[in-house]
Amino acid sequence: MSADIIQAINLEKHFDGGDIKALNGVNASVKKGEVVVVIGPSGSGKSTFLRCLNLLEVPTGGAVLFEGVDITDKKADINLHRQKMGMVFQHFNLFPHMTILKNMTLAPMKLLRKSQAEAEEKAKALLERVGLGDRANAYPSQLSGGQKQRIAIVRALCMDPEVMLFDEPTSALDPEMVGEVLEVMKELAREGMTMVVVTHEMGFAREMADRVVFMADGKIVEEGTPEKIFSSPEQARTREFLAKVL
Amino acid sequence: MKPSASQTWPLEAPDWILNGPEWLNDLGYDFYKSFVFDDRYQMYIKGLGNTLLLTLLALLIGVALGVVISLIRVSWDKNHTEMQGPGRFFLGFFNALAKVYLTVIRGTPAVVQLMIMYFVIFASSRNKVMVAALSFGINSGAYVAEIIRGGIMSIDGGQMEAGRSLGFGYVATMRYIILPQAFKAVLPTLANEFIVLLKETAVAGYVGLTDVTYAGNIIGGNCYDYLFPLLMSALIYLILVMFFTFLVGKLERRLRSSER
Ligand SMILES: Nc1ncnc2c1ncn2[C@@H]1O[C@H](COP(=O)(O)OP(=O)(O)OP(=O)(O)O)[C@@H](O)[C@H]1O
Ligand SMILES: [Mg+2]
Repeated sequence: MSADIIQAINLEKHFDGGDIKALNGVNASVKKGEVVVVIGPSGSGKSTFLRCLNLLEVPTGGAVLFEGVDITDKKADINLHRQKMGMVFQHFNLFPHMTILKNMTLAPMKLLRKSQAEAEEKAKALLERVGLGDRANAYPSQLSGGQKQRIAIVRALCMDPEVMLFDEPTSALDPEMVGEVLEVMKELAREGMTMVVVTHEMGFAREMADRVVFMADGKIVEEGTPEKIFSSPEQARTREFLAKVL
Repeated sequence: MKPSASQTWPLEAPDWILNGPEWLNDLGYDFYKSFVFDDRYQMYIKGLGNTLLLTLLALLIGVALGVVISLIRVSWDKNHTEMQGPGRFFLGFFNALAKVYLTVIRGTPAVVQLMIMYFVIFASSRNKVMVAALSFGINSGAYVAEIIRGGIMSIDGGQMEAGRSLGFGYVATMRYIILPQAFKAVLPTLANEFIVLLKETAVAGYVGLTDVTYAGNIIGGNCYDYLFPLLMSALIYLILVMFFTFLVGKLERRLRSSER
């Protein structure tokens, strides 16, 4: 139960031949069932860190272990590992040329070789759970932002991932739709899903995080329980940031 | 029978011309010799069939070639910095080949390519339509490749990331997610390429292929009068182009209404 499912070892990501140091030696681990919330100022490297975990961004140094396997190793089959790491993006990235149902069944059918009936059954059950059971045959353009993001979450869940990565899932939403998406994420957390969440929603961090990680300048400055980070942060940098956002 | 200008007509004119009003006689006779005499109109029908067949085949070859070339170019541009080993070598090789192809094809006239194809490369083949279709297809492929490349690049980068994050490889993401959207985006442009191609095939007569233009040319030569025959060729193209333009417009409206 307490085994590390993800381990980032001395992660480094430099862009433009080293001119931009987005990550500068990040060490972090995520335990099974844990909810880790990553906060920090804009440009601190939160997205880069998250995207390095499933190698959407290839780190220029260090390693990422997923379930004990070094996935930065050239011999690792990254596509296979990614099947078990769901990702939710700020801008949803639903496939606009497919219905909601097709969005959700494509990967399970092509990658997990599920039958259409099997894949659709699971997709429909998930849609039901996020209150969108009646939208299976709609196209993404026919949905609101909040609905799109809920679909994006369940699309990832259709692959039965071990971990879910969220990169500012509510930042592109109108304020009145933030709640419905956070609600789905909270339910997921309560069910014991392992989650790494980059967000500016401090309320979510406070309520749901097992651990809050504060990043600045491509480094982890401080981490700990929400109580510790929000009530008695040790680093001046953390206090400065929290004073601005709280 | 009226003694009219008919004395100067080398052909014997049928009664329906001579019985008509006199001021129409000359016109009627020109029409007769250009289209009716010797069943000359049949050459236009043959030419029309060849023009359409040639254009369609060329477009099919062009699209097939264009997809392959654009995929090579896009894959190389996006991935070569992270690739290594033999995969990188082969992709790099094909990418270089694709660039040469694009440069040569777009840098030389289609009619010269056609003549080289027919008189040199396929000098032993007498299947004019197939050789010409291949030549125009290879020519069109260079333009289609750039159209499709534009379509692929117009798709938001988040689509590739979403596909990859689900576990799809680069090729599978291209196939299921990027290409269908790219095709939809460039469908009207591709349809326009068909119209452009339709007119470009008008040089097929250089290798003796009877298309709409060559039909007019031959008939004009036979009657020692090019006015009616060439006007007819022009008219056929005009009608075709207007018809296909109408269809493309419909297609665009249909796509836009199904737009998200
Ligand atoms: N593809 C890229 N090319 C060059 N520089 C990049 C690239 N992606 C990120 N960076 C740079 O890396 C640094 C960290 O960016 P990152 O997106 O990880 O920050 P962030 O913490 O997610 O910020 P935000 O809260 O604004 O999303 C920034 O300086 C950014 O400009
Ligand atoms: Mg970010």
